[in-house]
Amino acid sequence: MRIAVCIKQVPDTEARLRVDTTGRWVNEEDLPFQINESDEHALEEALKIAEARGGEVVVVSLGPSRVKDALRKALAMGAHRAVHLCDEAFDGGDALATARALHAALTRDGQEAFDLVLTGSQSDDVGFGSTGSVLAGHLGWPHAWLVMGIEVAEDGGSARVVREMESGTNEIARVPLPAVLEVQSGINHPRYASLKGIMKAKKKPQELLKAADLGLDATVVGAAGSRIETVSVAFPDSGQGAEMIEGDAATAAATLVQKLQKEARVL
Amino acid sequence: MSKKVIVVLQQREGKLHRMSREAIAAGQQLAAKVDASVEAILLGSGIQELAKEVAGFGLTTVHVADHEGLGEYTPDAYVEVLEATLAAATPDFVVFPHTYQSVDYFPRLAQALDAGLLPEVTALVDGEGGELNFQRPVLGGKLVATVRVKGEGTVLLSVQSGAFSADEAQPGQAAVESLAFDAPSTSREILGVEAIGGDTIDLSKADVIVAVGRGVGGEDKLEASQQLAQILGADIGASRPVIDAGWLPRDRQIGSSGQTVAPKLYIAIGISGAIQHLVGMKGATTVVAINKDPNAPIFTVSDYGVVGDLHEILPPLVEAVREAKGE
Ligand SMILES: Cc1cc2nc3c(=O)[nH]c(=O)nc-3n(C[C@H](O)[C@H](O)[C@H](O)COP(=O)(O)OP(=O)(O)OC[C@H]3O[C@@H](n4cnc5c(N)ncnc54)[C@H](O)[C@@H]3O)c2cc1C
Ligand SMILES: Nc1ncnc2c1ncn2[C@@H]1O[C@H](COP(=O)(O)O)[C@@H](O)[C@H]1O
Repeated sequence: MRIAVCIKQVPDTEARLRVDTTGRWVNEEDLPFQINESDEHALEEALKIAEARGGEVVVVSLGPSRVKDALRKALAMGAHRAVHLCDEAFDGGDALATARALHAALTRDGQEAFDLVLTGSQSDDVGFGSTGSVLAGHLGWPHAWLVMGIEVAEDGGSARVVREMESGTNEIARVPLPAVLEVQSGINHPRYASLKGIMKAKKKPQELLKAADLGLDATVVGAAGSRIETVSVAFPDSGQGAEMIEGDAATAAATLVQKLQKEARVL
Repeated sequence: MSKKVIVVLQQREGKLHRMSREAIAAGQQLAAKVDASVEAILLGSGIQELAKEVAGFGLTTVHVADHEGLGEYTPDAYVEVLEATLAAATPDFVVFPHTYQSVDYFPRLAQALDAGLLPEVTALVDGEGGELNFQRPVLGGKLVATVRVKGEGTVLLSVQSGAFSADEAQPGQAAVESLAFDAPSTSREILGVEAIGGDTIDLSKADVIVAVGRGVGGEDKLEASQQLAQILGADIGASRPVIDAGWLPRDRQIGSSGQTVAPKLYIAIGISGAIQHLVGMKGATTVVAINKDPNAPIFTVSDYGVVGDLHEILPPLVEAVREAKGE
């Protein structure tokens, strides 16, 4: 089975964020980055399927040159090769523009014939929750969002897919393959890259693609090819907000307990 | 040509999804801003009664797609029917409730229609020169982005839970019309629905909840929080990453894919406050947050906040509560 996994590199969820001088995004200098959480789960799922059935796992990522670290980690985890869509023209895309570029990479020259495409459910930075579904639309394949289980049928013609729904239930469906399955965090426990994996990753094929390599006009991808544009970002307005309790740990603890007793009367 | 906003409503077994009313309110407010009319589309099977109920909202028309092929939700059937309908109607905006079901299919519908896509709107705001702008959370809710729409043609947008009040949905008198469409089809077979494992603990009735997040740092670092819970007589709850990592069992998860709680006291420890968590706990009476990041969104819904390292704050807090309880 040939499986493509779309992974995005995003700021570390623990990172302290600062708004940059344009006011439109965070300052990326000195910011630690990681593979998007649900994408790492998607990669683990792809590796498990390929291990069970044989096959190849190709990781695909669109983003600036820092993304090569994410791809190297994916290769170290066990992906067979990496495709990096790296071109200023791709920057700042909405879900439609990004999916357009990913689609072009996944279908280029007909040389990439995949049986399954896995994505995460939602990116931890822009969080559209949409890119995988739009990609599926371009491919003309079925899709499912918030996937919490994948069992590929023996004949490879379909998969039993568990999809998370609201209110603590899952839906189970048989989905014909090829399909785009958008994996939700928690489906599995992603492996760590072993030392051996890290060594091997250095020799695995990595391809760099620009918009022109994919026959894409710069006006249909990135910010230019998007229908939405960020005007500004800001920290959420604290509204009525919390009453902040000051002091060292001991003082703060004592003050808090007193307030919970006397003001809120919940102790 | 006059402008048009269409709200696509979600229902289940003839009952409106709670967020459908919020979507109507959002659609009406959006329409007021761009001087448009508002219509609604209701999809499902056996939904004529519900359509009459929806007709009591301030909409010009409720379009009903009542077909057995729409009884059980599948993205292909929903996209098929809506693609044909919306391509003919050419609305300026189509508003969806930001539910798991809508987000499963509406991006794909945008692709099929070659329309704009704007997920998870939390507010409509006035931008430069009076231009309509939209707000949506980014970076897990740690920041709010203000975005504008560019280019021509329909835009599909979804509105986040709680962003628009259902109470603000204006009543009125709408015409009910049946939509004409080809019988929808799907390539998938729905095999069933299962409850997510181990729903043995019902947190919905808990009086006090101590909830831990990723910031706690590991399964082996839960002890101080557990001690606090014990002396408070509280139940332990958690954010999703804690469950995903296996630090606590799934039935401790609070949020949109976990339990919905409404305790008198909710203590959030090392939880950032992403919307998917907040929807599960915003019914709490008194909320305390302990977080080292002063900008963490959890503080926007808290009554009391302590900024600092939870590992330093918890031990004296446990002691202070113990004393207060006279134990
Ligand atoms: C469809 C969907 C459904 C979801 N459903 C749910 C759900 O039901 N429930 C849920 O919770 N999430 C859910 N999520 C995930 C949600 O979006 C967030 O990713 C999640 O809530 C974040 O959990 P967290 O706050 O524990 O982790 P993080 O966002 O990583 O926050 C950790 C916090 O800990 C703080 N911290 C770190 N170290 C310390 C320290 N030493 N002292 C003090 N503070 C510290 C940090 O400042 C940070 O604010 C869902 C996501 C999606 C896409
Ligand atoms: N730049 C990108 N490169 C590779 N995959 C991406 C990119 N952006 C989004 N994706 C994939 O699409 C999923 C959903 O992203 P989003 O629609 O931004 O929430 C992510 O989890 C990734 O799997």
